[in-house]
Amino acid sequence: MLATIASVFRVSAQRNGAALIMSAHTFTDFTTQATFEIKKCDLFKLDEGPATQVVLTRDEGLQYYRTIQIMRRMELKADQLYKQKMIRGFCHLYDGQEACAVGLEASINLSDHLITAYRAHGYTYTRGGTVKEIMAELTGRRGGIAKGKGGSMHMYCKNFYGGNGIIGAQVPLGAGVALACKYLGNNELCVCLYGDGAANQGQIFETYNMAALWKLPVIFVCENNRYGMGTSVERAAASTDYYKRGEFIPGLRVDGMDVLCVREATRFAADHCRSGKGPILMELQTYRYHGHSMSDPGLSYRTREEIREVRSKSDPISMLKDHMLSQNMASVEELKGIDVEVRKEIEDAAQFATTDPEPPLEELCNHIFYNEPPFEVRGTNPWTKLKSIS
Amino acid sequence: MAASLRCFLRSGKNTVSALQRREFHRSAPAAVQMTVRDALNQAMDEELERDERVFLLGEEVAQYDGAYKVSRGLWKKYGDKRIIDTPISEMGFTGIAVGAAMAGLRPICEFMTFNFSMQAIDQIINSAAKTYYMSAGLQSVPIVFRGPNGASAGVAAQHSQCFAAWYGHCPGLKVVSPWNSEDAKGLLKSAIRDENPVVVLENELLYGVPFEMSEEAQSKDFTIPIGKAKIERQGNSITLVAHSRYVGHCLDAAAVLAKEGIECEVINLRTIRPMDVESIETSVMKTNHLVTVEGGWPQFGVGAEICARIMEGPAFNYLDSPVTRVTGVDIPMPYAKILEDHSLPQVKDIIFSVKKTLNI
Repeated sequence: MLATIASVFRVSAQRNGAALIMSAHTFTDFTTQATFEIKKCDLFKLDEGPATQVVLTRDEGLQYYRTIQIMRRMELKADQLYKQKMIRGFCHLYDGQEACAVGLEASINLSDHLITAYRAHGYTYTRGGTVKEIMAELTGRRGGIAKGKGGSMHMYCKNFYGGNGIIGAQVPLGAGVALACKYLGNNELCVCLYGDGAANQGQIFETYNMAALWKLPVIFVCENNRYGMGTSVERAAASTDYYKRGEFIPGLRVDGMDVLCVREATRFAADHCRSGKGPILMELQTYRYHGHSMSDPGLSYRTREEIREVRSKSDPISMLKDHMLSQNMASVEELKGIDVEVRKEIEDAAQFATTDPEPPLEELCNHIFYNEPPFEVRGTNPWTKLKSIS
Repeated sequence: MAASLRCFLRSGKNTVSALQRREFHRSAPAAVQMTVRDALNQAMDEELERDERVFLLGEEVAQYDGAYKVSRGLWKKYGDKRIIDTPISEMGFTGIAVGAAMAGLRPICEFMTFNFSMQAIDQIINSAAKTYYMSAGLQSVPIVFRGPNGASAGVAAQHSQCFAAWYGHCPGLKVVSPWNSEDAKGLLKSAIRDENPVVVLENELLYGVPFEMSEEAQSKDFTIPIGKAKIERQGNSITLVAHSRYVGHCLDAAAVLAKEGIECEVINLRTIRPMDVESIETSVMKTNHLVTVEGGWPQFGVGAEICARIMEGPAFNYLDSPVTRVTGVDIPMPYAKILEDHSLPQVKDIIFSVKKTLNI
């Protein structure tokens, strides 16, 4: 409690100390937890689904809020840096979809595993990467999470297998991670994500088959943001009920804009997996505000009205904020305070990402093989002999 | 002398006539004869026993004992957990194998033939080979991809391609191509123990061929280093370099040429990537002539790479004539026997090429 009072003072100080010091407003006034009614999930091959009455504590709410804000601000900063040409190549932004990453992580452990495709910055953060390392990877600096060698689509950290550039390839990989969990008997599971576009990949159906056959502890998650690049779901899939596409795998369709829905559905799915029942499929209905990537304005295949509507009615930050404020679990000022801190954290990270030096040329050929004595690599011409160190 | 004895043993012919020659003065060490199939089987058996994390998956590897019986007996011994029959889903099960390797296991992923690996090649290259680099050392992938490669007999165009050049092209992969039983056992064991993705290109026609296994090779810890070629036969006139089945063809050609006073040095590449160019260079600097022999197509092939590397290195100045490549014919593999026979290098083609290179 003292910490929260202290943070109020800090916040006040940042606003030039001119604001009223809120000492009169003690924080014992806040509700410590509240119960919410959430949207019911559509079920497939399941007799019962996730709970529709959920409890959110103040601490949880503040944590989710902060995380979602960090992800939102981080992606917007990446947008800025890309336009300033500090980020090159591909950059697929996640703003709008934050509730998925945060809700998922809320119901699994860091000792569980997760793999996704290329819209991965948010997951890199929730899985343990820092904003600094993520941004420095985007700008291709030595302080990047992959030392600048991977870029936007190839970020890794413990129990997070990227960041994968080939659409759909991450799905068998995720099932393989789950196979390892089952093999090692460690009661861990793998959350394996793909988009509505990828959902039509053949290898995903091969994976459904093997995962079900061998009862692998994998949660398949289809992040349905309505568009595979510029192709809407109606134009790509004969059946847009992605949660049913696993045929013999039970499925849930979840409101992916509400972090509480995602959290509850994940809790349900994780229980299913850990009880040895095999895989389960969650379709998270979500939305991306940006285009497919930074080279896509995102307006040729959808309308501004649609984007505006989602933003005003279903934005994950607004929804969470409403939950917290309506139940008096936090104050507007407190949340604003978090916003300010988040903004600063992102600024600092961007500062680092734009000033950290690029990777040294001597390291060009490193990391070809693991646990290997140093060897020679041919350069661009026969006289250039480079060195590769494990 | 020992070479001719090896010739007999290699061809599996009756060894009685060999023993009648007075070539062994001392009793041979306890060498045994073992087919390549059994050598591969033994390699996997030993590594499965040695390390709990090793497991085998692929089509028909378990209850069928392996499409070519290479994994015979392993399922009975190790059970469902470690020997896994997969559905016919190359892209899917290869991805699963790679994911399992990322998460700490040591899979052996079998392709019934490497022709089917094409369905899964994205997982091999983009998910396995490149990941250690893309992650700047955070994520290693200790996986083995193995299976028969290249031409078999009468299986026609879609089942006869050699993938040495395709896989040999890619950084992040190691590629080995064993010839005899010792190669097969030693290289497969090294591949399984290696922390990186290794492609093991076997040869179906060699599976049933018995070779001598030295006492050393019979040991449970016998490995052959990846990246080192072997001089199978010493010679001064010309260097022959081959991998897999064509090592045998080169030795046969060498035996014939020896009668005419041409002594071929035969190098068994053993590893396609990283290629042991130094061994080839050392040999060429001695013999001044080089012929490469492979079953694959000529364009962008193993022989083409050897030519380029020799030109870039010190051995170029020692060449008395350009390097000659003996390769498969640049066509899809036909079915009819006479056509198939003429689509691949025969011993007489090697002899012809040697003589042309030596200008004899």
